[in-house]
Amino acid sequence: MADPIIKIRNLHKWYSGVHALKGVSLDIQPNEALGLVGDNGAGKSTLINILSGIQQADEGEITIDGEKVNFRNPRDAMDRGIETIYQYNSMVPTMSIARNMFIGREPLKASFMGVGIMDRKRMAEESVQAIADVDLHLRSPDALVGELSGGQRQGVAIARAMHFKSKVMILDEPTNHLAVKETQKVIGFVQSLKELGITAIFISHNIHHVFECCDRIVAMARGEVVLDRRTEETNMEEIHSAL
Amino acid sequence: MRRLLKIYMEKPELAGIVFLLLLAAVFQFQTDGAFLNAYNMQGILGILPEMALVAIGVTLLMICGEFDLSVGSVFALTPMVMAVLIQDGWPFLPAIMAGMATALLIGFVNGFLTIRFQIPSFITTLGMLFVARSITVVISGGFPPVLPRDALPRGMFTSFVGPNDLFRMSFVWFVLVAVVVSLLLSRTNFGNWVRATGGFLPAAQAMGIPTARVKTACFMLCSLLAGFAGTIQVMRLGAPLPSIGEGLELQAVAAAVIGGTALTGGIGTILGGIIGATLIRVIDNGLVLSQVDANWFKLAIGSLTIFAVILNSWLRKKAKAMKVET
Repeated sequence: MADPIIKIRNLHKWYSGVHALKGVSLDIQPNEALGLVGDNGAGKSTLINILSGIQQADEGEITIDGEKVNFRNPRDAMDRGIETIYQYNSMVPTMSIARNMFIGREPLKASFMGVGIMDRKRMAEESVQAIADVDLHLRSPDALVGELSGGQRQGVAIARAMHFKSKVMILDEPTNHLAVKETQKVIGFVQSLKELGITAIFISHNIHHVFECCDRIVAMARGEVVLDRRTEETNMEEIHSAL
Repeated sequence: MRRLLKIYMEKPELAGIVFLLLLAAVFQFQTDGAFLNAYNMQGILGILPEMALVAIGVTLLMICGEFDLSVGSVFALTPMVMAVLIQDGWPFLPAIMAGMATALLIGFVNGFLTIRFQIPSFITTLGMLFVARSITVVISGGFPPVLPRDALPRGMFTSFVGPNDLFRMSFVWFVLVAVVVSLLLSRTNFGNWVRATGGFLPAAQAMGIPTARVKTACFMLCSLLAGFAGTIQVMRLGAPLPSIGEGLELQAVAAAVIGGTALTGGIGTILGGIIGATLIRVIDNGLVLSQVDANWFKLAIGSLTIFAVILNSWLRKKAKAMKVET
């Protein structure tokens, strides 16, 4: 087996007395679709927040491509090719698609001390291209994200992650509150990541969705990894009893 | 056609312009042509910049999702600092710089307290309203400092310019600031961050935007513009009164809201704030000229504010429901 793209060793996190992560270790292989399941409070979100730079671990280490990393903020994680797509939190509804695509990473024509004029033509063109690349058909890049359906929003978020050539895509409950048809579309996106050589970490309450699109399933409970199997080697009953 | 209508409905500042024109026509008729004559225009355009500059800052800050009630007090404190220093023998330039630095400092403190302690900016800046006003009165010693006639370079700020002396220099400054801040908001990456921060804070944070710094910058800019506007007013009046700018904070919020800025953040334009400020000035002036009891002014502004918010949210909903093919 190839060297893992992400190596997590003995990760601990406390929240004022609550031991949320109790020494989690996990290897994630390149180009793998990993399903992460577990009940509320099992530690999934904490683990993901640490991986995406929103929170910092109290103990333990993470290596990416063999190099030890210490993300202080989401930008650090993005710069290392880790992009996270949240259930709600990745788009600003009052802004256009083109502006959302480039939040924090706007192409600039000229800049002074980090502030500069945005290349709006490039933003419009590239967002149209990126959206078409994920097989999503939208009106114009100037439409407000607030006018899109939940599935379309996830599509734009995924298009954004692909546009910035992320190597690892973390999808945090991307199918929550979506209609059945849109859920299928999102699952289709996850399946297509594999062909593009992108590693996916798919977090869901819905074990059916995980079985549909993941190669490997990791279950967490009470801050620990309680099960780690190839999808074909396990079944729903085993996962349910592990949780 | 439907597309045009939708674009129109999504831009509340356009409704403001239509209302402004309508109002101008009514006042013109009511006052037998006195409203639009050169003298009256000179009067309106001469004092509009002072309020509009404050409205620009408040609008920007509101788009960023925060609120500043201290602008009226900063409006008085900034020129007071300048005046006290000039009286102590400082030259004009360092004195005005010290005034502006005070404004920036207050903006920074507003932002720092709001973000560090995660309290509503409504409270932080309400406190600052009293603090800054109090300091203004204390440093003035109760008597406004008397400034020598030639201490202030009025030529740069308040002299009349343009055809028939229609404008004051302050209007040029105002246009300049309006253009720069509008471009900052609509064309730069900083503007994108401001809108994202005010529009949906968790998304902005998740995308790695330094939201605390963006907000603090907006607080400081808002404060700076309020201080600058107050300085202009003092140059126009020739004496720094400790009481100027009282009630201005709420008029500035009204201006922003009338121009289509949402209290919840993320939505609004600088142009909207300016149109809101212009509407308030025009109503003030028009009512006086129409010989209506001046005490109706606040009623008019109040009703307009409420009406504008209802209209804007209704228009936005309608526009959203309107599907347009492209």
